[in-house]
Amino acid sequence: MRALATAKLEKPERRLSLILLLAPAVVWLGLLIIAPHIQLFALSLQEKIGPRLYETGLRNYVEFFGESIYWMTLIRTTALSILATALTLLIAFPVAYYIAKMLRGRTKSLLFVLALLPFWVSELIRTLGWIIILRETGLISSALLSLGIITEPIELLGNDAAIIIGLVYTSMLFMVVPLVTVLDSLDDRLVEAGYDLGGNGFTVLREIIIPHAMPGIVAGCIVVFMLTLGNILTPALLGGKNSLWFTDQIFQKFIVRFNWEQGSAFGFLLLLTSSLIVWAGLKLTRQSLATTMR
Amino acid sequence: MIPSIPQSRAFQVGYAIYIVVFFTYLFAPLAVVGVFAFNDSQFPSLPWRGFTLDWFFSDTGRIGLFHDDGLLNSVGTSLKVAIGVTVLSVVVGTLNAFLLERAQFPGKSLLFTMMLWPLVIPGVILGVSILQFSSTVANGLEDVFGLTINALRPGLPLVVLGQFSFIVTIATLVISARLRKFDLVLEEAALDLGATRLEAVRTVTLPFLSPALIGAAIISFLMSFENFNTTLMLVGSEAPVTIRMFTQIRDGTTPVVNALSLILMVVMAMFALGLLFTSGRQERESTA
Repeated sequence: MRALATAKLEKPERRLSLILLLAPAVVWLGLLIIAPHIQLFALSLQEKIGPRLYETGLRNYVEFFGESIYWMTLIRTTALSILATALTLLIAFPVAYYIAKMLRGRTKSLLFVLALLPFWVSELIRTLGWIIILRETGLISSALLSLGIITEPIELLGNDAAIIIGLVYTSMLFMVVPLVTVLDSLDDRLVEAGYDLGGNGFTVLREIIIPHAMPGIVAGCIVVFMLTLGNILTPALLGGKNSLWFTDQIFQKFIVRFNWEQGSAFGFLLLLTSSLIVWAGLKLTRQSLATTMR
Repeated sequence: MIPSIPQSRAFQVGYAIYIVVFFTYLFAPLAVVGVFAFNDSQFPSLPWRGFTLDWFFSDTGRIGLFHDDGLLNSVGTSLKVAIGVTVLSVVVGTLNAFLLERAQFPGKSLLFTMMLWPLVIPGVILGVSILQFSSTVANGLEDVFGLTINALRPGLPLVVLGQFSFIVTIATLVISARLRKFDLVLEEAALDLGATRLEAVRTVTLPFLSPALIGAAIISFLMSFENFNTTLMLVGSEAPVTIRMFTQIRDGTTPVVNALSLILMVVMAMFALGLLFTSGRQERESTA
């Protein structure tokens, strides 16, 4: 059918339409993605030796590994991102399973839509909500105070726990959707067969449900991890002045200190870390980026 | 653990409670933001000092939302940016969809993989890479030709390009998913009936795509309006609403931000339901 449709076009005409269709994609990817990233890498190899005087070298990277605050921040950001991803998965899985397998018909679609709705609201507004809940004059502190559990107001903002709470909350959608999709495709008869063969809730979960859900788990974890690692808003607002998130270091280098060479090196290291972990995740589970994203 | 397998009463109740707690957790922050828009206090926090509409309408002493020019202007800026990003993303996304679904050429699967890259690059990195690239280009043009192009310096045109660079991927995916379901026989019928190629696409294919085009437009608009990471790196003196609200929240704000948030939440909920309606219709049509 495809051949039939294209056969109606004369050859030069077909070439022309192909070029016209290719042009926007090539301009977009070339000028906004590929060239800027090549340039970013080139800039990261520039060492400033005087005003408008540069030479090529690895000093920006050497400085990253020499200054413990830099590499500690990257490790810390990666570790907290992995923790946030794991927590998101743990919280989301039972919910996704409930929506996909325990409910039917209207209640099912209603609950699914309800689970997605908060994420149409911008991250900024959701984070504002957590600030009002967690701050010293906020809901939790006041509630504990009036219950007599604490005697002084407590500040729950400005620590790692607050950052994690915000990141987990903000990532929930990207875990729930792939999990519901994949669990929805699990045939109930497989679960029943598991029980018929003498399995209990735990073994059925381990031997049947989780293996089946693996592609969704991987897809969700990759997206959540990347969004968390690259997040700048939530750590800045919930973690306070010294959130020590790596994206903030990049922002500081570029916008505040105007040290673009070092900032580029940091940006590249973040990109490398993120790609490396995504790649490892894909390899470990034998998935490919193209199938995960569809 | 499916309805057809009997479970203990305690397990069922426990599971249901977990689900209720989860949804409370999901909606609590949003409810809190909305409620505190009406608190008669200088700060969006407890204690509750009574109900007021000051944070929407007051123009004496307290500045309510509808008299806060800075905040209102930033909403206007965001709308401008979002319209630009939406138009660009839907047009290029549609062309990309035709390229991916109709054209045959070597390197097609590589091109598709490259189109997915922007989704796996952190927004901050997209922002800084475009920032330094456009500055380099601008400096080069200035040094060599003496040309000054302000659009290449931090500002709204760069913000539009930065957001477009990854939002167009999503538009492409949405539109090509719909185009894949299109039956080419319909287009051939139009050709047989004397339509030119472009007429056939315009009168047959594009109407078929319209639910996906609307869907892609709504998603692009919302993603642009809410974008923070990429925007933060490319913004100039005119701040879109996310940047403005961020600064205000970080430095301590009055509940006027809550008032704006409440309005945005209502508008976005309407958008979300609209999209749900169009995608629901799309699914029914394709199964029918």
